[in-house]
Amino acid sequence: MINEKADKRSRKFREIDQFDLNEQPQYYLLPFRFHRITDDKEIIVNEVGDYLLLSNGTFERIVKRQLDKKKDADLYGDLIANFFISEEPIPPLIDVLATRYRTKKLFLNYFTGLHIFVISLRCEHTCHYCQVSRVTQNKDLYDMSIANIDKGIDIMFKSPNPHVTMEFQGGESLLAFDNIKYAVEKAERIAKEVGKGLTKVICSNLALINEEILEYCKEHEILISTSLDGPQYVHDNNRHKPHASSYELAIKGIELSRKVLGHDRVSALMTTTKLSLDYPVEIVDEYFRLGFQGIFLRNISPYGFALRTDKSKYETEKFLTFYKKALDRILEYNFSGHYFTEDLAKIFLTKILTPFNVGFVDLQSPAGLINGVIVFNYDGGVYATDESRMLAEQKDYTFKLGTLDDNYNDLFFGKKAQEIANVWANEALSGCSECAFQQYCGADPVHNHATQGDMYGYRPNSDFCQKNMEIIRYLIELMESDSRIKKIFERWAKTSTH
Amino acid sequence: MLLRTKGKPINIKSALVGKVTRNPERLDENSFLLVEGSISELPSKNFIGILSRQDEYEVINSENIVFKIPTLEHLMEGDIVSVGIDGNINTLYRVNSFHNTLLATERCNSNCLMCSQPPKDKNDINNLYEINKKLIPLIPKDCIELGISGGEPTLMGDLFFDLLSQIKTELPDTEIHLLTNGRTFAWDYMAERLGEIDNKRLMLGIPVYSDYYQVHDYIVQAENAFYQTILGLHNLARYNQRLEVRIVLHKQSIPRLTRLAKYIYKNLPFVEHVAFMGLEYIGYTPHNIEKLWIDPYEYRDELGEAVEYLAGQGMHVSIYNTPLCILPENQWKFARKSISDWKNDYLPICSTCTKLNDCGGLFTWNLKKHSEHIKPIH
Repeated sequence: MINEKADKRSRKFREIDQFDLNEQPQYYLLPFRFHRITDDKEIIVNEVGDYLLLSNGTFERIVKRQLDKKKDADLYGDLIANFFISEEPIPPLIDVLATRYRTKKLFLNYFTGLHIFVISLRCEHTCHYCQVSRVTQNKDLYDMSIANIDKGIDIMFKSPNPHVTMEFQGGESLLAFDNIKYAVEKAERIAKEVGKGLTKVICSNLALINEEILEYCKEHEILISTSLDGPQYVHDNNRHKPHASSYELAIKGIELSRKVLGHDRVSALMTTTKLSLDYPVEIVDEYFRLGFQGIFLRNISPYGFALRTDKSKYETEKFLTFYKKALDRILEYNFSGHYFTEDLAKIFLTKILTPFNVGFVDLQSPAGLINGVIVFNYDGGVYATDESRMLAEQKDYTFKLGTLDDNYNDLFFGKKAQEIANVWANEALSGCSECAFQQYCGADPVHNHATQGDMYGYRPNSDFCQKNMEIIRYLIELMESDSRIKKIFERWAKTSTH
Repeated sequence: MLLRTKGKPINIKSALVGKVTRNPERLDENSFLLVEGSISELPSKNFIGILSRQDEYEVINSENIVFKIPTLEHLMEGDIVSVGIDGNINTLYRVNSFHNTLLATERCNSNCLMCSQPPKDKNDINNLYEINKKLIPLIPKDCIELGISGGEPTLMGDLFFDLLSQIKTELPDTEIHLLTNGRTFAWDYMAERLGEIDNKRLMLGIPVYSDYYQVHDYIVQAENAFYQTILGLHNLARYNQRLEVRIVLHKQSIPRLTRLAKYIYKNLPFVEHVAFMGLEYIGYTPHNIEKLWIDPYEYRDELGEAVEYLAGQGMHVSIYNTPLCILPENQWKFARKSISDWKNDYLPICSTCTKLNDCGGLFTWNLKKHSEHIKPIH
């Protein structure tokens, strides 16, 4: 082909019709799925998450092969260019599609990254929705032993991931700060020896934070992750601390942490409770006021103590209303020139608008449990996710993979892991396999088990499904009806990939 | 700007390549002596030959000579020329320019409607290769940037890789910008071979004119070109080649331009640079002007949307060949002074413009076909 003889006649210009590679008025369908977005719009999404928004009925015309290449030239071009249809049984750019698919699944490349050490179950708070913590002085029973810390670190460095994250959770992790120091220093030594990257995070309510602890965090480049549920009346109601305001301590802690570590070394997570539902704007405002770059609007997880507390029960519908009001408020900030994100939306938008993906435990497929995250409990139990160990506090050990005394292969590839692996890919779950939003969503066997009693789950009345589908639909509706919002969303999506 | 001249040759048996100098002291075995007046004796050094303006010339000692050359004024000390057996003197490299380009071949496997340098079907590959092979070692090692253009350089086959290997050896510090349609790299082994050369300073500029194959294939007048180019880009990326996508703006490419921008981000996010380029009124373009012309002012919305989208996704974007007065001010930051010095000009009305120094202006040949909306900025 390289030395092909140039044909003089070929230099005569030809018309566009002569470059039609399709001799028959026929085309082939590539895998894609559809969903109604609004009363008059439907969406089609291909295997790598590219979408086209179409007027109602177009999907049917496409699959019934009713498109006319000339009359529907723009649409036909869009469908070919975006891997929805092909003029050949195997599309000429199938290798490009394969590369794009690999890119979307890149989060699987390195296996487990996040290693959660439940360093102590003890806590000085008595939050009404708390799923696990104990108010006690009994360190022997509720702190992770040095022996178990050693074993956890050993397993962590068996991960093939070139960069591992070690996250200390509680209870209140700072109640066992000496053990954290031990773990950090040991892990740092090994990371250096074996040449792995190591990120360290302390999750804390910050009530016990002080300059000495922070100086240590600074020296060891430890990130701080805290809880903040909103303004004082929301936060203090959610997070009860005897004889003190949890909110005031958290705010003081955030300020001090920022002062010592730097503004961006401190993050905050909120939990939505029944009370929170009435304050979407106030909660957003609080995060904005405190100088955060965004907020993660999380619904309360249905685990542990939470399910048993009437105060925390609410319906997904109410959460969605809350979510939309809060998102409106966030968009207002963006309209007036601020960069302020909603981080659940940011995860979805990265999947919807970019060729990349983000690994997030229940919004990826295969799910992030075991693949992305593992939990070493205070008592030496090894669990698939943070939520799994909360179930264990209710004596439900479904997602207990074993203990720190087991070997790596048994924990990560053993019977329990295999059982979970059967149901961790939404491509292979009924109700998900045909869902237009499959590429944007994920699988959550733990949630299915906790809410519906089996890991496989039943989509028609799944609150996970209801919540995610509506948020995704809403995000698409918003940006397709307002180009300003689309620009903002594109910006959010971009920054989460860099 | 004058880049070629011609005189009467004597003793020239094959194409010669060398630097020019007016100073006999600087002569060496790789240089020509430029002579304005007459000379009575030859420098005692070994040198290639003499380029002279004299009307008559007596050969002194069977030296290579071209005489009766109308002018030598355009040649600077150190410029590199080729001298053909027919007495043609082509400037191959100008020391005072940042826009030097090696011509790889004039053959091409595409036939773009708006080609600025229409391909020729004669086989010039060996001849040009021999000239470039002599030229490359003479180029100053501090040369900042060197282009390689065609035609389609990859049609050189094995010689293409020989040329690039030689460049990497001789000019390790020079940024190399290769213009190719990328189609050849649809064959993985071609991309692999380029990867083996491993020149981190090599950037390939590859045109993609539409996200839909039929439009692209029509514009480049070659069946399957789009699929080959996209596969080529992917193969090149696999072997870590640095890539630039080049989009020429005209009536055929504008209707799907914003879709193309999305396509690039989704399917080619690894490209290092995306250049949106105004149409050149030269080569095939005047012949096809009915199919191609759209006043740049008329497509400013589409261009703006495409540019801002890609820039918003963190990609590096430029607008070439487009005067500032055509663009909204918020897009000036993307506009580059892209037109090589020797083919760059401005309209008479531009003389009063306060932004003249920041403006890329027009191709000389676009002075007769330009936007109706060019006006001085005050």
